[in-house]
Amino acid sequence: MPREMMFAEAIAVAITEEMQRDPNVVFYGQNMAMTERDPFVRKFGKERVRITPISETAELGIAVGAAMSGLRPIVELYMAEFMLVAFDEVINEAPRLRYMSGGQVKVPCVFKAGFGFAAGWAGQHSNCTYHAMMGIPGLKIALPSTSADAMGLMRSAIRDDNPVVYLHHYMLTIDKSPVPDGEHIVPFGVADIKRPGTDVTIVATAWMVKKSLAAAEMLAKEGISAEVVDPRTLSPLDVNTIVESVKKTGRLVLVDQAPRHASAAVVIAGEVAEQGFKYLRAPVKMVTALDTSVPYSETLERYVLPSEEKIVDAAKFVVAMQAAAV
Amino acid sequence: MVLASQLSNERLTWMYAQMLRIREFEERVKRTFVEHPGVIRGHAHLGDGAEASIVGSLATRNEADPVMPSYRCHGYPLVLGTPARALMAEIYQRRDGICKGFGGSMHLADPAHHFPTASGIIGQGIAHAAGVAYAAQVKKSGQVVYSFFGDGSSKQGAFHETLNLAAVWKLPVVFVLENNMYQAYTHYKLEDANAVAGDPLSQKAKAYSIPGQTVDGTDVLAVFDVVAGAADRARSGEGPSLIESRFYRLSPHGNAITVPPVPTQFQEHESIEVYGNKAEFEAAKKNDPILKFRAHLISHGMLTDLDAKKVEDRVRTEMDEVVKFALASPMPAPEEATKYVWA
Repeated sequence: MPREMMFAEAIAVAITEEMQRDPNVVFYGQNMAMTERDPFVRKFGKERVRITPISETAELGIAVGAAMSGLRPIVELYMAEFMLVAFDEVINEAPRLRYMSGGQVKVPCVFKAGFGFAAGWAGQHSNCTYHAMMGIPGLKIALPSTSADAMGLMRSAIRDDNPVVYLHHYMLTIDKSPVPDGEHIVPFGVADIKRPGTDVTIVATAWMVKKSLAAAEMLAKEGISAEVVDPRTLSPLDVNTIVESVKKTGRLVLVDQAPRHASAAVVIAGEVAEQGFKYLRAPVKMVTALDTSVPYSETLERYVLPSEEKIVDAAKFVVAMQAAAV
Repeated sequence: MVLASQLSNERLTWMYAQMLRIREFEERVKRTFVEHPGVIRGHAHLGDGAEASIVGSLATRNEADPVMPSYRCHGYPLVLGTPARALMAEIYQRRDGICKGFGGSMHLADPAHHFPTASGIIGQGIAHAAGVAYAAQVKKSGQVVYSFFGDGSSKQGAFHETLNLAAVWKLPVVFVLENNMYQAYTHYKLEDANAVAGDPLSQKAKAYSIPGQTVDGTDVLAVFDVVAGAADRARSGEGPSLIESRFYRLSPHGNAITVPPVPTQFQEHESIEVYGNKAEFEAAKKNDPILKFRAHLISHGMLTDLDAKKVEDRVRTEMDEVVKFALASPMPAPEEATKYVWA
């Protein structure tokens, strides 16, 4: 029987069970494991679960070194922007050392962080930084949108022999959704069709999946059948499932919380333009954040970010264009 | 703990041979730019002048102790047992290179000989070394990690963050700050707060409440004793130490940065090229760590002049053959380039 589980709990369960399964998995970060009462410290002890100072370069660099030496570190970074402080490790160390060594080492580690916190955190704590990482060969990126995916992708991230940036959306933290029983694993590079449909394909990740599903519900009331596809990992990216969906619907709306030119949407649009052009019956439409920093005030923030209404408008636009063309 | 004064003549001769191997290897890298232009691409950084510091440090290792150098990394694997021909072939961009032509001079790696990787980005390897030490601590392997980096690295955030955390976690690591007097082209007295105040760079250890010591890095036996003490401390669970090993880099920072097809080679040392201080450079050359150690061994009856010459002949023959091998090694097949992206 599937259990209802909070998004954050699903992640914690995956980490706990993987640490039980593999003694080489270690877990550390700032402001965690502070007392003996910490559940991870209680279960796994202070060797494997540690508190760190506010030193992201050391935290990530130590993960890289430890990963090369047989451990599987998970670094808790809390906010994706804190990774920027140590971006050399994320971009220029962890994913490159295997390649530069001619395949002599592997660097299995997980950089875990929340992102996209659209709740008044303003310019420096609300961002979507994955675009800057998704073109880096050797680096994987997971972006779960449901509790089941949060659990299954975390398991895959820990077991993967490559460095993985695992980004969980802050706005999903307390959402509850069903999680299958047993050792639930979600493989990387396999998109999930969150809602089947026939008129328009909507591709979205993380919080934007939730918004796209709400938009699809609104579209259904107007007789438009939207298919919502969640790639779940941006690297590797399951282009095939997206193109197959476009083949069926002929229309594509890409929803992304990042600013337009720093979005995953632009990369997906490029792939579909090359691989799925013949199936398109309307131009690709991108619903992204505006090209601004994220503002503090709620009215400003709402104006900048994608919304259900903007997604609905975009879907209706491409569907109408097709109708006009026919 | 073994002291340098207790080392056997055989061991001392081995150390002399390793110092010589580093020097002769680096000399051949440097000559390659003149004799075989284009064979070495990008930027190569030599360790001549560092021989006593490298060998004195590494001679204190236990068999499985990992070594994490900076991008100036040719010398360490030579001592650890990596075939010199595989290192030269890598620097010559060849298929038989230790990294199959994927890494080059700045990114050598030989985990089979306890040299996991080197980072080309200043200071980042210090954090990696602490990570290797963290793994050793969790696995209770008894290993001590040897982390080598330049004086320039000690102004990087990675250095300070890592020393703090390594001290908090009592990681089994020895931090060897190789003060070779120049941070790339800048004299360290122009950019180091301790130096400006007239203090040694080992002073930085005080900020992290760990032992800090400065040693004459041109004296291989002095280096041995100081590093052995720090390794002993790390192995017994007392945590890291910082050692400032002072020596003089005898070559410039790297080969001149030129845009192809303009040829590149090593120019005059920056002491002359930039600062016009020929006297400083000449003094450093007189204080050559290899010549000093040779004279010490002979004057103390630990090595005869004849035996020293035999070592020197053997090393030169080895390195001549290394160059021949590397030149003859084929280039990698182009389509190999997509390998090793993913594990």
